[in-house]
Amino acid sequence: MSFSVTEPTRIEKWVAGVLVVVYAVVTLLPLIWIIGTGFKSPSDAIAYPPKVVFDPTLEGYVNLFTSRARLTPDALEELGPPETWYDRITRQYDMVITGPSLYGERFLNSVFIGFGSTFLSVFLGTLAAYAFSRFKVPLKDDLMFFILSTRMMPPIAVAIPIFLMFRQLGLSDTHLGMILLYTAVNLSLSVWLLKGFIDEIPVEYEEAALIDGYTRFQAFYKVVLPQATTGIASTAIFCLIFAWNEYAFAVLLTSGTAQTAPPFIPTIIGVGKDWPAVAAGATLFLLPVMVFTILLRKHLLRGITFGAVRK
Amino acid sequence: MTDKTTDRTPAAARLGREITTPLGRGIKGLSDRAVAWIFIAPTIFLLLAVNIFPLIWTIRLSLTNYRANRTNAEVDWVGLRNYERILTDPDIWNSMQATAHFLVWTLSLQVLIGFSLAYLINKKFKGNDLWTTIIVLPMMLSPAVVGNFWTFLYQPQIGLFNYVVGFLSGVDPSSFSMIGDVALAPWAIVIVDTWMWTPFVMLICLAGLRSIPDSIYEAAECDRASAWRQFWTITLPMALPFLMLAVLFRGIENFKMFDLVVQLTGGGPGSVTELTSINLKREAFEKWRTGYASAYGVILFVTVFGLASIYVKALNKVKER
Repeated sequence: MSFSVTEPTRIEKWVAGVLVVVYAVVTLLPLIWIIGTGFKSPSDAIAYPPKVVFDPTLEGYVNLFTSRARLTPDALEELGPPETWYDRITRQYDMVITGPSLYGERFLNSVFIGFGSTFLSVFLGTLAAYAFSRFKVPLKDDLMFFILSTRMMPPIAVAIPIFLMFRQLGLSDTHLGMILLYTAVNLSLSVWLLKGFIDEIPVEYEEAALIDGYTRFQAFYKVVLPQATTGIASTAIFCLIFAWNEYAFAVLLTSGTAQTAPPFIPTIIGVGKDWPAVAAGATLFLLPVMVFTILLRKHLLRGITFGAVRK
Repeated sequence: MTDKTTDRTPAAARLGREITTPLGRGIKGLSDRAVAWIFIAPTIFLLLAVNIFPLIWTIRLSLTNYRANRTNAEVDWVGLRNYERILTDPDIWNSMQATAHFLVWTLSLQVLIGFSLAYLINKKFKGNDLWTTIIVLPMMLSPAVVGNFWTFLYQPQIGLFNYVVGFLSGVDPSSFSMIGDVALAPWAIVIVDTWMWTPFVMLICLAGLRSIPDSIYEAAECDRASAWRQFWTITLPMALPFLMLAVLFRGIENFKMFDLVVQLTGGGPGSVTELTSINLKREAFEKWRTGYASAYGVILFVTVFGLASIYVKALNKVKER
């Protein structure tokens, strides 16, 4: 290692390292607790003192995906012995599985609306960002600021007229309505981020292509798009995470068919105070994002800071 | 036409090719101006439809006594009476105060902890990359889902938070309830928000610290400036614009805060954690006073927009220095 006056000393590095690791472990605790609780039995979950070591069980997951009914001992006897492992789990509590719960459906809604709106907002965002980056657009700065300012409105305030508008157009509680709404909300982020990425692609490449007889469209999708792939991908991840996590619009504008997972998961708790099932639902919903974050950490910084930080 | 393509001669020269006729291209495809509009129009259209049109509609509604759950009732123009009533409503001042408490404390804690963490991570110890990622995890997650689970961590006795606090301080873990106690609930939401969003401030500060060129420190070292002095005269002033940017983003977001807190406390106990967005939701979608709530929404938007504009002016002044 070359010596430099700006390089921190070994002791400094050690102290810094220890402090950061301590903070990281503390910050991670609630997340580990969510994952752990998903594998506890209901009585372990509410034990005092809180249990760190416990017998893992899939009860939470079974309860998450099924709806169950309590039967009298006689009726249970008539049914005969449980046939599957999940039947066995529910029989311990004198219950039988009556069908799937709504969780799977709500989760798929999240997937569908998330990917749909991400695709649209990245598609439209790329086009707009390219135009803002390469052409003289009248009032460019004003338009860019207008796009940014759409983020300042409190979602609840926007939700009032959107609620009325959706009711009028028949878009309430539909996948299409939610996809359009999330697309619009994400567009500001997507245009700002992508403009930054496209600004960094040298204009010379397209110019060369134009001279070779490409039209603007061809130059755009054969020359610019391939080079912007990384930027487009990391923008897409941000749009996806936003749509995945969004709650305010989802809880106000959906109630059944198109309801996404975030408004649904808190309702799992119901009357039974079934924390393992809630934790199981939360784990399945949060884990994909955690894995994404760790795998793609290199590309995330810029999106987090709304493109304000270029690095 | 005056776009960037007019200065294509250097590129052509570099490639050693001849430009046959500059007009040729215009005939082949659409003109650049047409392409620009085709590319921008859908975005502008969608933003107008989902942001500007609703905003105008909100302003219109705010001047009426419309109720969204009674569509057949007659709608009267009430002029500015909604605004007048909001500004004199003690409930609303109460939630403004709750929001101010929430804003001041979350911003100060997040700036303090976030900057310290960034400063430590910038010491470039081994594995700092991985630990940074782990610290970032909470902010990537769904605030509603996480907030909901925190109510479990905050349970007296069985909750992990109460247990850890009890273990460290010797207080009985079942003797206090973070979300059930009027005095503690405002802090319960500050803690979770700080846990969740400190990494955001940290990341922006880190980018700021990394943007300071080594040569400045080397020069300071030659002048025998102490580490303390270097921190106050180089590190902090140069990272300040980034820090202020982080405060701007967090400030706007927390002014609009809804999902995390509504799941954590639902505004209670009583209304001590009823932030403006929660209050607004109650007026609009529980009491169904649509016109009144619209006026409330407009007031909030104007407030956040005004504060942000003033702040951005200050930020630009700091940047110019």
